[in-house]
Amino acid sequence: MSFSFTEEQIKRYSRHIILPEVGGKGQQKLLNAKVFLVGAGGLGSPAAFYLAAAGIGKIGIADSDCVDYSNLQRQILHSTKDIGRSKAISAKETLEALNPDIKVIPYTERLNSGNILDIIKDYDVILDGADNFPTRYLVNDACVFLKKPLSHGSIFRFEGQVTTIIPFEGPCYRCLYENPPPPGLVPSCQEAGVLGVLPGVIGSIQATEVVKLILGKGELLKGKLLIYDSLNMDFRKLKIRKNPNCPICSDKATIKELIDYEEFCQVSG
Amino acid sequence: MRITLNSELKECPDGLTIERLLDLYQIDKNRTAVELNLEVIPRKEHSKRTLKDSDVVEVVTFVGGG
Repeated sequence: MSFSFTEEQIKRYSRHIILPEVGGKGQQKLLNAKVFLVGAGGLGSPAAFYLAAAGIGKIGIADSDCVDYSNLQRQILHSTKDIGRSKAISAKETLEALNPDIKVIPYTERLNSGNILDIIKDYDVILDGADNFPTRYLVNDACVFLKKPLSHGSIFRFEGQVTTIIPFEGPCYRCLYENPPPPGLVPSCQEAGVLGVLPGVIGSIQATEVVKLILGKGELLKGKLLIYDSLNMDFRKLKIRKNPNCPICSDKATIKELIDYEEFCQVSG
Repeated sequence: MRITLNSELKECPDGLTIERLLDLYQIDKNRTAVELNLEVIPRKEHSKRTLKDSDVVEVVTFVGGG
């Protein structure tokens, strides 16, 4: 098989190309891949950085927020000069500066039941780094409807959780957490804090899963929830099965359309 | 009886329900999902499901930040 790499690409991706699990063929798959990131915050930052560096050909990144001083402790896509600017636009500039080989499409509108299917339909893999439950459920449900693989990551204080959702093959987010938590019960990062380096670990694991998924190599966190306790430096891997009564991905599914949950609990990223 | 809670062996009184187990370990019931022997148990059944010796219970907390 022959590849049409430029000389610069051969140099840029040489450490990938010499890996037997990647090779020229795998690198070509990465260059052809389209990945959509929900959020350009704590998780989206490291994930997008590594995906861009890996040469993911097209990266969509959605964030309706602007950069704030309180973000800079962990949202490494953005710099002090970006305060007040759109996170999605700032992300595009940072990522294209790292790798001009790739195309980054910023989405500054908020994802909702009316726009999400259209926005994500042309992407191969979705990476959820949202900062609120309404968006997380919306993204899960949209990925189930469109049968798109989804890397889910979330963080709170010192703890992170990651799983890879392959709709209908393995459990989805609702198989574990059927419905969003009651309003006000889960404190936000804004209220409770978050260790700045924590999303660096979780977002990087998400990016690893996305790269493996595209390459078709290795074992994914499908049917497994990885729980990271950074304070005790403990990783716990929990098996999750498909819930036979899941409201969206089982034969008894009751959810047939997307839901816009109220913004009852912003879990600021 | 002995059960495994989040990968650790625990000695518990017989006849304990999931709800009482969560109380015993002061785990917030509204913010958790409970898996008993790999099956996710809906919250409304927590007060009815009784644990048996060598059950494996995993409790995970809702985490939503990004």
